[in-house]
Amino acid sequence: MIGKKSVSVEKEIGEIDRIRSLYKIETENLNAWFGNKHVLKDISLKIRANAVTAVIGPSGCGKSTFIRCLNRMHELVPSARVEGKVLLDGVNIYSREIDPVLVRRRIGMVFQKPNPFPMMSIFDNVAAGLKLNGVRDRKRLYEIVKRSLEQAWLWDEVKNDLDKSGASLSGGQQQRLCIARALAVEPEVLLLDEPTSALDPIAASKIEQLIVSLKKNYTIVIVTHNMQQAARVSDYTAFLYLGKLIEYDETSRIFSNPKEELTENYIAGRFG
Amino acid sequence: MRLNDMENYKVRKFKNKIAYLACLSCTLIATMPLFSILIEVIKNGFPALNIDFFIKPPGAVGEPGGGIANAIQGTLILIGLTSLIGIPVGVLSGIFLAEFGDNNFGRLVRLSNNILTQFPSIVIGIFVYLVVVVPLGSFSPIAGAISLSIIMIPIVARTTEEALKLVPNSIREASMALGVSRWRTIISIALVSAKDGVVTGILLSIARITGETAPLIMTILGSQWFFSGLNAPMDSLTLRIWRLALQPYEYAHQQGWGAALVLISLVLFFNVSARILTRSKYRRM
Amino acid sequence: MLGDKIFKYATASVAALSILILTFMVLELFRNSMPVLSLKFIFGVNWNPVVGMEEYGVLPYILGTLVTSAIAIAVGVPISLGIAIYLSEMAPDFVRKPLSYIIELLAAVPSVIYGLWGMFVFRFWVKDFIEEPLSKYLGFIPIFQGQPFGLDIFTAGLVLAVMIIPTVSSVSREVLTAVPNALREAAYSIGATKWEVIKLGVLSYAKSGIFGATILGLGRAVGETMAVSMVIGNAIGEAAIPTSLFKAGQTMASLIANEFNEANPISLHAKALIGVGLILFLFALAVNSIAQVIIWRSIKTRGEMVE
Repeated sequence: MIGKKSVSVEKEIGEIDRIRSLYKIETENLNAWFGNKHVLKDISLKIRANAVTAVIGPSGCGKSTFIRCLNRMHELVPSARVEGKVLLDGVNIYSREIDPVLVRRRIGMVFQKPNPFPMMSIFDNVAAGLKLNGVRDRKRLYEIVKRSLEQAWLWDEVKNDLDKSGASLSGGQQQRLCIARALAVEPEVLLLDEPTSALDPIAASKIEQLIVSLKKNYTIVIVTHNMQQAARVSDYTAFLYLGKLIEYDETSRIFSNPKEELTENYIAGRFG
Repeated sequence: MRLNDMENYKVRKFKNKIAYLACLSCTLIATMPLFSILIEVIKNGFPALNIDFFIKPPGAVGEPGGGIANAIQGTLILIGLTSLIGIPVGVLSGIFLAEFGDNNFGRLVRLSNNILTQFPSIVIGIFVYLVVVVPLGSFSPIAGAISLSIIMIPIVARTTEEALKLVPNSIREASMALGVSRWRTIISIALVSAKDGVVTGILLSIARITGETAPLIMTILGSQWFFSGLNAPMDSLTLRIWRLALQPYEYAHQQGWGAALVLISLVLFFNVSARILTRSKYRRM
Repeated sequence: MLGDKIFKYATASVAALSILILTFMVLELFRNSMPVLSLKFIFGVNWNPVVGMEEYGVLPYILGTLVTSAIAIAVGVPISLGIAIYLSEMAPDFVRKPLSYIIELLAAVPSVIYGLWGMFVFRFWVKDFIEEPLSKYLGFIPIFQGQPFGLDIFTAGLVLAVMIIPTVSSVSREVLTAVPNALREAAYSIGATKWEVIKLGVLSYAKSGIFGATILGLGRAVGETMAVSMVIGNAIGEAAIPTSLFKAGQTMASLIANEFNEANPISLHAKALIGVGLILFLFALAVNSIAQVIIWRSIKTRGEMVE
């Protein structure tokens, strides 16, 4: 009897663990403010590991603020405030003992406008995070830089020009450089804040394909104001409106058969 | 990468803390001379203040007693004369630069003003000595005022230009659309809107020239007596402080501190007035 | 229309005064010092106004200006940079305003009062806490030789350092604040600590602007007269060559201040002092032009890069 019970308890624990590892990030009652402006209202959702989750909504709905709360970048703005929990692998990254510096290593970010360090070479840009973490061995640095640039589909284009300035690349290349830079510190999650809105369609398309290829190894959250992009690239989609989470479901279901009227109106282009 | 990360992480946190403390210390260290100066000026200067100090000129060198009344008078006369020259020239130049100055001539003027502000003030004194004092045959308050104006004009021109540039063009256009001529618009509309900025610049430049000494050495020379006409030397607070400090007598040093107290109060008065004006300007906006 | 034209030309003529004054100044300086200008003047080390034995060489004073300015930069710039970083990147809002105002006030204090303070207060502090220990333990090093007295090149350099702090720190602050936020975010996003963000994202970008601020500070130090003349010890001629920091010295500016009134107006001595003024002006001009070019160039390239 005891044996049987322990097996079923183990099975239950195993079940919980399995559900837990399904979700890389969970937010619980996440609220955020800019000064007195209440920008995020009670957002609770679970982000699936090794999948692409898109966050969509009209401008001003809080989607950028939302992902900035996921890697504790929102609080860098003076007058910014966050309440609620954000769990990374079950651990609340907002608890007092956690250093945001360590959070940001595990959760990387790529911004709307590519921002490579202009005074550094391509190599140094990618290696920047590594050097901060004490990697000094030139060979090791080279290996990791090469691997990151390959993962970002940029290696072939720059392998002979690693010493050139990071700012000398085209927009699309710069963005891939920023992705490589983020990947170099081996994060588990990659947040992308409208990564292609400053790029031409060809460069944008390349990045979209890159994102889909990356989900094998990373959990990806992408903010986009382009619904078609969300439909192309993501597995799950969250629709935010005026700071509230309206609907969150598999992408295919949200775009073909949304549950909420608001969602349907937004997708149909009736507002936004 | 995981294990030796902890070591490295602790070092990084430590460096972060040290950097913060270092930068904070730099800031605090820099405030110390200011406090020291203010404390010493008040501590040493206050005992020198008495009625005689303010109404009498200095006695014979070496004899205690007397005061710095002539120096105070001299400084005030200089402020007056310099403003008489410097304010109109500076403001008109600033008006030109802001309203008509977007061309090569304007750039040349700005460049000259720029270079003039970098001129060591003692060299300006030499120049005025050569072109005013020598031909005149004597030291003169006018020469002093001219040398101080050369310092004042570029400052006032720049601050006036900046203040005028802040006035939105739509205001000028509205006025001219009503039929007001351009020059009238500039004076009654643009300049009036910018008046706070212009006055602030003037006050700051007055604070600056009040504290100048070097150019006065060879233009007004300094004197033991009150103002004696436009063809004679005159004293100023700054020159008096300098001369008193160099005398070997204790009483002279103390008078020097007293004069410094008066001087710094005057300079701070203009400085703080300028700041109050800036603050109220922002509040109104 | 006519009124406008008159107004425009009137203001233009007034504005043209600066150009006239500047040109006139340079010409007069040259004209009046012509008789003494020569290689011997610039490189000579003796200074003797006694008629019959006249000899004028400004090299000791040029060196004095260079050494005191070098000390001012070496001490003042790092402190100014620390202030700029603290006030623009680290300080909480409620502290920033009062502290920056205090630093600004340093610029409002007249030079002669710095001199007074330097002569009667600061020099004793420098002598007791810095010069004497240095002389005791490191006195074998040439620049620390001699019995420190307080009124010397070192103290003058330190007073200059204090005086350039407001300028260098405020220009540096502007440079740091102008760094686009995107670069800070980039550094934060790869897990950098605050100081690392400043190093990676801000300072590397602001390097040339800060260099420009340094040169501007140098320009101010070169022209500073009264405070220096009151603490530098007033040495003349060969004795003014700065072989040790603890020696009395003389800068070009302090020499003029100390000697101008004693020189017979029509004498060669006066012309020599005017010549010193000319060289001083050229120095200040050169330094400030370099600063302008550096700052202007850094603004240009920054603008291109963050497009």
